[in-house]
Amino acid sequence: MRAGALIRLIVVALLFAAGATAVAIFIPWLPEQSSKEAERIDFVFWFVTAICIAIFSVVAAITMYSVVKFRAKPDDDSDGPPIHGHTGIEIAWTAVPLVLVIAMIIVSSVALAQNESVPDDALRVEVWGQQFAWTFLYPPEGKDPGEDNMACVKRDEAIMEDGCKASANLQLPVDRSTRLYLSARDVIHSFWVPEFRQKQDAVPGMTTEITVTPTKTGSYRLICTELCGLGHSLMRTRAIVVSAADFQRWLSSRATPGGMS
Amino acid sequence: MSTVHEHTDHDAHAQAAPPPPRTGVRRLMAPGWVRATWMTALFASLGFGLVAGIRALAGWDPVVDWEPIITVAFLTAAPFGFLSGLGAFDYWLAWAFGKPTRPDDHSGHGAKRWNDYFRINTDHKVIGVQYVVTTIFFFLAGGMMAMLVRAELATPEADFVDPQTYNELFTAHAALMIFLFVIPAFAGLANYVLPIMIGAPDMAFPRLNALSYWLLPIAGIMMLSSFFFPGFGAGWTNYAPLSVEQPFGNIFFTMAVQWAGASSIATALNFLVTIITMRAPGMTFWRMPLLVWANFTTSLLVVIATPFIAGSQFFVTFDKLMHTHYFDVQGGGYALGYQHIFWFYSHPAVYIMMLPGFGIASEVISAMSRKPIFGYRLMALSLIAILILGFSVWAHHMFVAGMATWLRVPMMITTLLIAVPTGIKVFSWLATTWEGKINFATPMLWALGFVSMFVIGGLSGIFLGAVPIDIHASDTYFVVAHIHYVLLGGSLFTIFAGFYYWFPKMTGRMYNETLGKLHFWLTFVAFNVTFFPMHIIGVQGQPRRVYTYEDQFSEWNIVISIASFVLGASFLVFVYNMIVSWARGAPAPANPWRALTLEWQVSSPPPIFNFDEIPQVVGNPYEYGVPGAKHAILSGDRDATTEEVRR
Repeated sequence: MRAGALIRLIVVALLFAAGATAVAIFIPWLPEQSSKEAERIDFVFWFVTAICIAIFSVVAAITMYSVVKFRAKPDDDSDGPPIHGHTGIEIAWTAVPLVLVIAMIIVSSVALAQNESVPDDALRVEVWGQQFAWTFLYPPEGKDPGEDNMACVKRDEAIMEDGCKASANLQLPVDRSTRLYLSARDVIHSFWVPEFRQKQDAVPGMTTEITVTPTKTGSYRLICTELCGLGHSLMRTRAIVVSAADFQRWLSSRATPGGMS
Repeated sequence: MSTVHEHTDHDAHAQAAPPPPRTGVRRLMAPGWVRATWMTALFASLGFGLVAGIRALAGWDPVVDWEPIITVAFLTAAPFGFLSGLGAFDYWLAWAFGKPTRPDDHSGHGAKRWNDYFRINTDHKVIGVQYVVTTIFFFLAGGMMAMLVRAELATPEADFVDPQTYNELFTAHAALMIFLFVIPAFAGLANYVLPIMIGAPDMAFPRLNALSYWLLPIAGIMMLSSFFFPGFGAGWTNYAPLSVEQPFGNIFFTMAVQWAGASSIATALNFLVTIITMRAPGMTFWRMPLLVWANFTTSLLVVIATPFIAGSQFFVTFDKLMHTHYFDVQGGGYALGYQHIFWFYSHPAVYIMMLPGFGIASEVISAMSRKPIFGYRLMALSLIAILILGFSVWAHHMFVAGMATWLRVPMMITTLLIAVPTGIKVFSWLATTWEGKINFATPMLWALGFVSMFVIGGLSGIFLGAVPIDIHASDTYFVVAHIHYVLLGGSLFTIFAGFYYWFPKMTGRMYNETLGKLHFWLTFVAFNVTFFPMHIIGVQGQPRRVYTYEDQFSEWNIVISIASFVLGASFLVFVYNMIVSWARGAPAPANPWRALTLEWQVSSPPPIFNFDEIPQVVGNPYEYGVPGAKHAILSGDRDATTEEVRR
């Protein structure tokens, strides 16, 4: 390849990169960032975005250059040069993507491991999905849900244990990790708060877990994202993040109902 | 290869005298639509009698229980009656009962009139056309459903269809597009061109080939008729336990998948045996066109993976009808088991829907750039790499599903590794165009459109493959955008590249180039306006499979809906072009693209057994620009090149 072609190619690639970067920056992509987990997920998001913009720019520049430059003249029936391959280039475009992929795997794995960690002082909340509503149960001190079963409502019965408090929206204290224990009564549902970035299916017969650490007080959308029947679109409530003191006040003001509908 | 020569010798005499006109009982008993009608009714009645009889003997109440009766009589027995009546089993049954069979009369080959396409026909070229036309029909049906979905989503309120209909619309849209369009459209194109490409007179099992085609409309009609029996509204993924608790109509999907899957498996076996045993002399594996390589790897994926979706849907059927507990937690079942079995098929299915397109793109880009494929061997090997890695990534659909958490990182590693062989293919296509003499005919526009759109789909796939991002983006419109960039920008664009590229070969007529280009640009622009914004609303928080959403997304959604109607309308240009050109287009020369692969060395359309004599393959299929290079020697130029062969 001649030096002139290489320079033109780099200029076109930079133009594509500028365009893609503008799309990435000026369109409001991610919702408000309201949890520690969201900060880590967003870091991975922008890390991958940067790599993808680079790959996209190179590919788009070569495509554009080829399309413009190597168009056959109307009555040119000749063939192109018989280039069958180039071992060096083929090794390069196997190795470079491999390195980029490994980098993304490492960054993702680290973020995932950090988001999975549960501090000892984490608040523990049971989340039940049921067509088409969510129930959040707050077990009393010392009574923790585990992997095998829940603390407030055992999976195969509908009787609530003493001391548990129920709510139809998720109340959380700010700046404290909460471990959510999810299960479902009928079909699979999925818990998602876009501002927290965390999502986890609630599956009948199983307990699944996820950690959220809200960093801002406020009221956020809480959406079911797994198709669960006719009311799926309406299976929504709020996640309300308040100060630690307000949370304690709210919790102690809740009555402890005797059973779960 | 002795049978091959036998065929060609008979070729001239194959046009036997027309069969005597059939009347009365002979007409009722002869294979065809009359016999198919009464045998369908007969088999349905037998199924009805079987279920009612068993229930009466067992003392179950009620004796006439329509759910098992519909399943057994109409979704299982009646299609067998239809196929028998049409004559799909005639040869095998005659052989099994020791009656004389007629192996050599070739009456099932070729199509002389339009209604020959509505018969059991064993000619791979006729079957290829049957496949293509049928799949276009279901493509248009599935596309209309998508537009109805977009009509509902044009406004945030639920105001167009009721929730049950809405769920059935997006479910049937996906199911038809996947099982009745993308997979069989590739099978149809390959059915037509693959045997010619390897220098064979037909597929290895022509009768099985005919049967696999006729299984397809059965599956399609079942999926369409699910609208009359509410219940197929659990998404095409049909996740248990939701699918089990759906109304009865869900069975129409679980059974239709069996028919479509059987068709898929039979075709894949046929391709495998054809490719392995029927290559012309000299056609070594390293001389096969990449379309043949692509269908070889695809067929391996199909035969290994498809039984898993058959199994998953049988389990759902059993849970619904016989009250087994595969996925019913109360009865000791395991709800996540469904997803593991389902995705063990449905992830490889993504490659089943992509690899043949890779093959088409390779053929078109090489011929239209007038250059050899860049890195031919690495192109073939990357197909094999995708085949192997493709079986190790299924759980990336389940990162938030609650499966064993340790499984996520290994699945992320294999998922992102697939980007490497896929990247090799993209770079090789681009390198093939480099310094070429590119002819921007319609097939090339679709092929290059595919490469660029598939790059975007691949990059959004990297986002979804990275577990932390997937946790946020899973089950949102970001996923909807991703699948449409790979399945519409990817598979559909290559299917159209194939339709336009081989249209002259299949019909013997040229399509209208101006309309072809108009179709491409309309589709290309409308496609991007429809699907690119879905990335944005997805990460912002619009989940998929909802009929109502927050007001903040309404602006993008109305843009998407309007663009989707333009996208739908763009296919009318295609349909018009195909119909008018097939009827009145200019006669096509044998090789309008000056391509080197074998299907272009015979007339358009090809003779009944493709070649007068089996060709001798002497070189690689993409030797553009190499002075004196030859891919194969056909009987016509044998005299001139005898010396060359001897040397």
